[in-house]
Amino acid sequence: MRTLLKNCTPVDPKNELPDRADILLEDGQIAKITNSQTGKNNNQNDKTLDLKGAMLLPGLIDMHAHFREPGFEEKETIRTGSEAAAAGGFTTVVVMPNTRPVADNPATIELIKARAAEVPVDVKPLGSITKGSAGNELAEIGFLAQSGVLGLTDDGQPVMNSEVMRRAMEYASDFNLPIISHCEDLKLAAEGVMHEGYYSSILGLKPIPAAAEEIMIARDIALAELTGASLHIAHLSTKRGLEMVLEAINKGIKVTAEVTPHHLTLNDKAVLGYDTATKVNPPLRSEEDRQALQQALKEDEIAVIATDHAPHTIEEKMGTFDSAAFGISGLETAVAVLHEDLISQQKLHWDKLVELMYYNPAEILQLEVEGLKEGTPADLTVFNPKKKWQIDPGKFKSLGKHSPYAGKDCTGKILLTIKEGQIIYDDRGDEAEILY
Amino acid sequence: MLKQRKDFLGLYDVPGEDIKEILTTAQSMKDIFTRSIKKVPTLRGKTVVNLFFEPSTRTKSSFDLAAKRLSADVMSISKKSSSVVKGETLLDTARTMERMGADIVVVRHSHPGAARYLANNLQAAVLNAGDGAHAHPTQGLLDIYTIWEKFGEIKGKKVLIIGDIAHSRVARSNIWGLLNLGAEVRVCGPSTLIPNRLEKTGVKIYNNIDRAIEDVDAINILRIQLERQESGLFPSLREYRFLYGINEERQNNLKEEALVMHPGPMNRGVEIESSVADGRKAVINEQVTNGVAIRMALLYLLAGKEVQHENLA
Repeated sequence: MRTLLKNCTPVDPKNELPDRADILLEDGQIAKITNSQTGKNNNQNDKTLDLKGAMLLPGLIDMHAHFREPGFEEKETIRTGSEAAAAGGFTTVVVMPNTRPVADNPATIELIKARAAEVPVDVKPLGSITKGSAGNELAEIGFLAQSGVLGLTDDGQPVMNSEVMRRAMEYASDFNLPIISHCEDLKLAAEGVMHEGYYSSILGLKPIPAAAEEIMIARDIALAELTGASLHIAHLSTKRGLEMVLEAINKGIKVTAEVTPHHLTLNDKAVLGYDTATKVNPPLRSEEDRQALQQALKEDEIAVIATDHAPHTIEEKMGTFDSAAFGISGLETAVAVLHEDLISQQKLHWDKLVELMYYNPAEILQLEVEGLKEGTPADLTVFNPKKKWQIDPGKFKSLGKHSPYAGKDCTGKILLTIKEGQIIYDDRGDEAEILY
Repeated sequence: MLKQRKDFLGLYDVPGEDIKEILTTAQSMKDIFTRSIKKVPTLRGKTVVNLFFEPSTRTKSSFDLAAKRLSADVMSISKKSSSVVKGETLLDTARTMERMGADIVVVRHSHPGAARYLANNLQAAVLNAGDGAHAHPTQGLLDIYTIWEKFGEIKGKKVLIIGDIAHSRVARSNIWGLLNLGAEVRVCGPSTLIPNRLEKTGVKIYNNIDRAIEDVDAINILRIQLERQESGLFPSLREYRFLYGINEERQNNLKEEALVMHPGPMNRGVEIESSVADGRKAVINEQVTNGVAIRMALLYLLAGKEVQHENLA
């Protein structure tokens, strides 16, 4: 069975492509790419989809998501998380190890891989740095490497003991695994619930200073220099943190950083009104921080945009701001929000988005990718830049139905997600469908 | 304007004109206190529920009395004696009370935004009786009323709030109310107890109490909690008393007509010396009386959509 995607606008900064292309899919691969104007591709037997100029991207990679399985299946499962990924245009998702039990052992990794084999989206696990992510003893990093984890992190439970972090970096280097660090000085963050600044002061909410993140970024950069390890800073959110990462890169230290769509598009003013959907860690920062992150995207200082998709149950997100869980359900809004607030405003280019959400995460995690190229697996994301819609978390495929973007009007939506030639998400009809 | 509000949650967004309306309403409520029968039928047939999820003596009894003097039916729920201990959520407890016919829900809770959360989810009017460190509007109003009653005007008056501003809902409500009425607001305390970027509100920040009290018309002394010392925000109560406590000498450096206020409960001998608390400038007991009048005024204004004004007579 062959499928022909006609009249799409391909986006891929690393491959030479026509402005308007027809893409022929066969046996799960991109069989042929031809110029829509000049090429002849019509075979009566092909299933043909006219994409009418929609953007065609390589299937996006989210290198920071929480699928909660095993242990917290009421929040999300690998199946529901994958559906959310498909609806958001992601064909590969890297999942965090803060499950129950923590993914600090090969058995848990094998379970995640077995569940992942049941869904078409590539779900790839990370392992924890320390046993139980308790920050004391190293996890069996060698066994984790053998079972195929792409990196190591104690996301959400930062390793506070610098000696342990140093040894983890050294040991992980032996297996060529990057350390992904959630940078937060827990003592300084002191049970805070939002960014420290004017808005925390008038809302009376316990503040988290930017310094709580920056101190740990400084520490981890120093340790990366000491050990020569590859360090990836998760969800970077402050201006000073950014400056430190840039300085480290310029010194030749192996450090990369990711930012989230929410830290690029929202600031701490969004917390006025105590909407628990805005409660996230790291917290939504100041407008100055937000602008610095946005500027850094343009200047190639940030390698990756990742969602930090962190679903919770309704009960965990209702109630008062203090009592609500941290986290944003972000897979299904990421691309639309980035398009609405950055690409449409000429603050981000499509080519750049493909680097940030495809080539660079693949490089950091050592995944082999080749972009839109004949003879490679047909993992594709199709985005209709004209579709008008309103974000309604109630309609999310994710079990986490909470978003600070609830009610936001967007122009532009994921139209198709294709995994190895199969359409796994289709929004051409009246109701968006998951097709698996 | 006030009568169009469903809820009353804080003073941040209450314009000076509306605050004056509350003050004049409270003044007529206070007249009732001098009568032999201290009760009017104004809120007859209305139900007020006091939902107190934090311990409280004066605020809870003050609301209780205010509602009773207006002839409302009053129910009081406190954390220990309610189904909250059985795991019921704040909203479910409040909804239960609403379905029993509550017209006004008065809520005290340790989480900032708790009153707003109920207001968003209940049809009944919600009156904030203190939500964490966020707001305590009736306390702010009764403090302002006390100054207004003495001076006849708030605009241009210099008011100093002393102590733990960072954790104080009383400070936040006083600041907004006073600023919206055109007062000059100063705060004074160790930097560890002053929240970040507070100056953006328009207040002046002092760390030296002797400079801060120069030329002020009123000082409002906040209670200092021992747990703040224990969590490392200042070294000792002894040092706090020396640096920020209001003693007789500091009292004597105040202007002759200046007022000494304290929202209570007081730590005598820590933030305020007994001789000052019971001294000639103190209006601490009047604050308590004014609190009942302010709460009557707000209950009346919130329920007042259907209430006949002549019932007040």
